[in-house]
Amino acid sequence: MAPGTVIERLRPRLYAVSTPEGLSLPFQVAPAGDRILAFSIDFLLIIAGSIAVSLLGRLFLGGTEEIGRSLALLASFFLRNGYFIVCEARGGTTFGKRKLHLRVLSRDGGPLTIEAVIARNLMRDLEIFLPLMALVSPESLYPSAPAWGLFVALLWLLVFALMPLFNAERLRCGDLVAGTLVAKAPRPVLLSDLADHPQPRPRAEPGTAPAAAAETVSFTREQLDIYGIHELQILEDLLRQADQGILDQRVLDQVGVRIRQKIGWPAERWSEPVLPFLQAFYRAQRGRLEQKLLFGQRQERKKAR
Amino acid sequence: MSASDGRLKSAQFRREREDTWRQLETLVDRVEAAGLKSLSAVELNRLPALYRGAVSSLSVARAISLDKSLLDYLTALAGRAYLCVYGSKRPVAAAFADFFRRRFPAAVRRQGGFVAVALAFLLLGILTGFHLTRADPERYYSFVGEEMAQGRTPASSTEELRDILYHGDSGSALTLFASFLFTHNARIGLLCFAVGFAAGVPVPYLLFINGLTLGAMAALYHARGLGFEFWAWILPHGVTELLAIALCAAGGLALGFCLIFPGRHTRLRNLALRGREAGLLAAGSVALFFCAALLEGFFRQMVQSLPVRGAVAGLTLVAWTGYFLFAGREGRPWRPGR
Repeated sequence: MAPGTVIERLRPRLYAVSTPEGLSLPFQVAPAGDRILAFSIDFLLIIAGSIAVSLLGRLFLGGTEEIGRSLALLASFFLRNGYFIVCEARGGTTFGKRKLHLRVLSRDGGPLTIEAVIARNLMRDLEIFLPLMALVSPESLYPSAPAWGLFVALLWLLVFALMPLFNAERLRCGDLVAGTLVAKAPRPVLLSDLADHPQPRPRAEPGTAPAAAAETVSFTREQLDIYGIHELQILEDLLRQADQGILDQRVLDQVGVRIRQKIGWPAERWSEPVLPFLQAFYRAQRGRLEQKLLFGQRQERKKAR
Repeated sequence: MSASDGRLKSAQFRREREDTWRQLETLVDRVEAAGLKSLSAVELNRLPALYRGAVSSLSVARAISLDKSLLDYLTALAGRAYLCVYGSKRPVAAAFADFFRRRFPAAVRRQGGFVAVALAFLLLGILTGFHLTRADPERYYSFVGEEMAQGRTPASSTEELRDILYHGDSGSALTLFASFLFTHNARIGLLCFAVGFAAGVPVPYLLFINGLTLGAMAALYHARGLGFEFWAWILPHGVTELLAIALCAAGGLALGFCLIFPGRHTRLRNLALRGREAGLLAAGSVALFFCAALLEGFFRQMVQSLPVRGAVAGLTLVAWTGYFLFAGREGRPWRPGR
């Protein structure tokens, strides 16, 4: 365990790791659908791998059927039990998990140990193989059991298979046994700073040539004290969508009207185009809220009227 | 406030640092795809420095910036880099070597109680099966299923029973036989561990049932005066295989035990603490199943001499006992002069 590392549950499905540097990093619990998808990808890979090995074995080992079959047996066993262990021991992901940006974490915040990886993957038989067998051919589990007994056994096994759906953290039996957690770590792209480039304009030295929008549109302190961080970031989303051209002009107009009403925008300036107005407002609003942040005032929401 | 100088502090901050974030992102991408080994020495050196830079950027950004895209990006980047820097760094091969040299035997010693209980259940099954079948040979049919018996029943002649013990085979059929034995037995063993999650209840049952079968077969051979030959046939691989089953079962029992008696911790926490070690037993036993299958699939089919079979059985017993008792023990916990 890295020194000083602590993991804590902030709320259901959201964990925070406190790094040794004293920073709290949030990790979102992966949704069940993503995990099923990731498992399906891995499962297909395992099947494809087993088939490929047995075919190659027949091709290169003189075509004796026994050798090919024994290779297939061994390959499918080691792939089934070893694939997940080896992949996860190398960095907490498998091919399927990587595709969906999933990652296995240790719930105590330390590095993922090989013990944990082994333990969580040895439970897969109980979670998948046994319930499947109980569904497909229940009589092979225990030949002389009465029908009601098989039904009870099936229910019991389904509890193991569906375990992730019974708890908020989506822990399967293997996660319980190994003390692990599967987190989703999406990879957001760093988009350009809206406040830095409100609109295309020639390069300007700081201070000498203020942004065009800021020259023509300025706001009073009272106007900027109304909205909070939440509204600012919603506006940020809207402006980014407008940048990409995927936002309906009517939405933009409605937002413009709403903000102008709220801040008491002078009636004679309402005819100005809405997008430059919103960009200038975003910029000024962010400047104001960030300034307040520096003074220790974090205004999360707009002021109640 | 109107932004009088034309630049927000947060935007300026971002412009100054963005380059190093991009560098870190490239490195993290590569580590995630191909491991730390894919980095050159210089890059490996830079990774922690860049990580710390990103961490400090993130804490500054949280204090001064309200750009959501920037905060999301930095949070995700720092999280990914954190896992690269503090995550598991051991090469898989070294971890596996260490596993068999030290961790596996040590785990077996720590769970010695459960191993003993598992062996006891197995032995109890063998003795019960043996005595019940000696008392009434007809019981053989209820202890040994048809596919297990493979023609060995009280109805077979002594000659037929003897033939099975000395049935030899060779060539590629043995390879298939051995790999079938290995995958089949190891799968049953691992299952024996996994069902321990059901509060450990099915584990003693499985052990006992397996013991019954073995005991009943032994009784059949004893009744025909082939007792020693039967044990010499089964024990060369049987020692290893029964031990492997007992280890898996001990892991399952340990799982069930820590679910039922969580002690000072909550069940969830206790399970997370002990479950990993229980898993070690089952994982290590796969190697034992492999050895057992080699012995059963090749050695037993090719070597027919009774003394050699007996000697191999004794040798495996001594070897495994020695391995589990002594492998990976620290010579002395402290070293004077260091």
